[in-house]
Amino acid sequence: MSSEIPRNTPQDSRQHPAVQIDGVAKSFSGTVALEPVWLKIRRGEFLTLLGPSGCGKTTLLNLIAGFLEADEGELFINRDLVTQVPPHQREIGIVFQNYALFPHMNVAQNVAYGLRTRRVSKAETAERVREALALVKLEDFADRRPRQLSGGQQQRVALARALVIRPRVLLLDEPFSALDRNLRTAMQVELKEIQSRLGLTTVFVTHDQSEALSMSDRIAVMSRGRIRQIGTPTEIYDQPQSRFVSTFVGDANLFSATLREKTTADAILEVGSTRLTLSTYQVDMPAPGPVTLFVRPEQCVLTDSGKPDAIPATVALSVYQGSYAELHLDCPSAEGGRVMLRVPASQALPAGASVGIALPQRGPAIYAREDDIA
Amino acid sequence: MKKTILDHALDWAGRILLTAILCFVLLPFIVVLIASFNESAILTFPPKGWSFRWYANAFEYRDFGEGLVNSLMIAAIGATIALIAGSGFAYVLNRYDFALKSLLNGVLMSPLIIPNFTIGLGLLILSAAASLPRSVWLVVAVHVIIVLPFVVRSVYVSLQNFERRYEQAAESLGAGPVHVLLTITLPLLLPGLVSGGLFAAILSFNEFTASLFVVNQRTQTLPVAMYNYVREYADPTLAAVSVIYVAVVAVMLLLVHKFFRLEKVLNVE
Repeated sequence: MSSEIPRNTPQDSRQHPAVQIDGVAKSFSGTVALEPVWLKIRRGEFLTLLGPSGCGKTTLLNLIAGFLEADEGELFINRDLVTQVPPHQREIGIVFQNYALFPHMNVAQNVAYGLRTRRVSKAETAERVREALALVKLEDFADRRPRQLSGGQQQRVALARALVIRPRVLLLDEPFSALDRNLRTAMQVELKEIQSRLGLTTVFVTHDQSEALSMSDRIAVMSRGRIRQIGTPTEIYDQPQSRFVSTFVGDANLFSATLREKTTADAILEVGSTRLTLSTYQVDMPAPGPVTLFVRPEQCVLTDSGKPDAIPATVALSVYQGSYAELHLDCPSAEGGRVMLRVPASQALPAGASVGIALPQRGPAIYAREDDIA
Repeated sequence: MKKTILDHALDWAGRILLTAILCFVLLPFIVVLIASFNESAILTFPPKGWSFRWYANAFEYRDFGEGLVNSLMIAAIGATIALIAGSGFAYVLNRYDFALKSLLNGVLMSPLIIPNFTIGLGLLILSAAASLPRSVWLVVAVHVIIVLPFVVRSVYVSLQNFERRYEQAAESLGAGPVHVLLTITLPLLLPGLVSGGLFAAILSFNEFTASLFVVNQRTQTLPVAMYNYVREYADPTLAAVSVIYVAVVAVMLLLVHKFFRLEKVLNVE
């Protein structure tokens, strides 16, 4: 937040970020968990921290919540500096993976807990608890104990308990991973509805890329304590800027290629003996030399083998998936020797068939060969 | 599947073996129980006639009554002090990292390897050197030292199994450290605290060796009173006292069970 903006003017309060992270970093006994991170989370935004375990996403969440103290950097919530503020004064709502409902209290007492600590009057507490339980459709469960509820119901209670205090930010720590598949989808829809209706600034931590793609306004993809890329789900999926992001979010086909020439927009490269000219969306393109060429399966098109701009391959396996078939191709120029394509089920080919893979001129990306895997 | 005769035989052999083991465990108590109703003044087994007079004698003998009161008081005070101090130490050991942590742990556990008579003797010498009176507090001090390791262990294990997310959830809902401790941590740790305290009280109630060194006529505990009695008399009064003794411990357990409804509190997910 630049300091020349005057404080507390109305239009300003609508524009400043709900959460601002300025160079916040964290190590645990010498091991870096989070490299310095800069991030602004807008008001009402649903931001997802996506990454594999150990990438630093949970560390960042715990830093925002105040359960961990940053080694360096500053953290602001609604322009208030909170780096040194203990969690109970941050006015943050959290839903944990296993909900952490207080087992010695019933549902209503659980939801009322955050109001009792704020010394809200009894009448108002009762009213707000009723409202919160109505929001998550659990009005009739006020007297139940947490252990008498199903996983989905427990999660709703946890959500009601976090929302009743009208938090400045809602933090979600892998809240769906303990639910079975069907319930998970239903809860995602319900949570997203409540979140956008209340205009709640939300930080969501997950390792599940499909959850991240379906729910987020923006996704921050993390690995090894760094934010690797931040953008809308479409930007992340369609324009991954690194090999890590391309393979972690969605399916990826990767080819070993040689970059011959690059201009501002175009790149000329060779995949095996096939010469291709592509225009890429990339911010940084590697220097000419050995590179990795990335393309989504749905962007690859099957053509006849022997076409000059097609990469030759052989069908190894065809997997019927109902509405489509997955063709697994043996391809000498592919990294790992395999490429996967999705074709209409009627166009599935038998194993052994020789084919060519044609790439679109826009869509693929070129990464340096030594770009990290993790 | 139909059972063969062999299966039945093995079945019964197993049951008989189990019963035999249980009987063996309970045997000392059963012998004492029967002996306590022996009419004869000599501790013979099996008894030749039956009587309640040794129970009457036990209640009339002043040392036993006073010893019981002393023992209960010392166990109650000692266990309470040990529970408070031990919980504090367990909390520090569980939650904080510091340079001398393993030293503190070692000191707290040391009464386990130091014989009880050494602890009794040590405090006896110390109190004499400092010319402290041999009051009931000296006995309490000895008992606290002896039971402390058990309380620390018991509470420490409860803390190890404690889900920190509960505290974090409460903090996020605006509860300060003291409020979290009072409304979340302590209520959820209650079963561990109660069982730790109860364990301490029973150990203290049973303690004999160290007490022998530090009690006097006025502060003697029930086990010491029993020992002194058996040195002078050899009638079944002691068997009667033993039965009462076991009954008191059983009542302590039952009371805790009733008031704290342990099985309900313990049923935490």
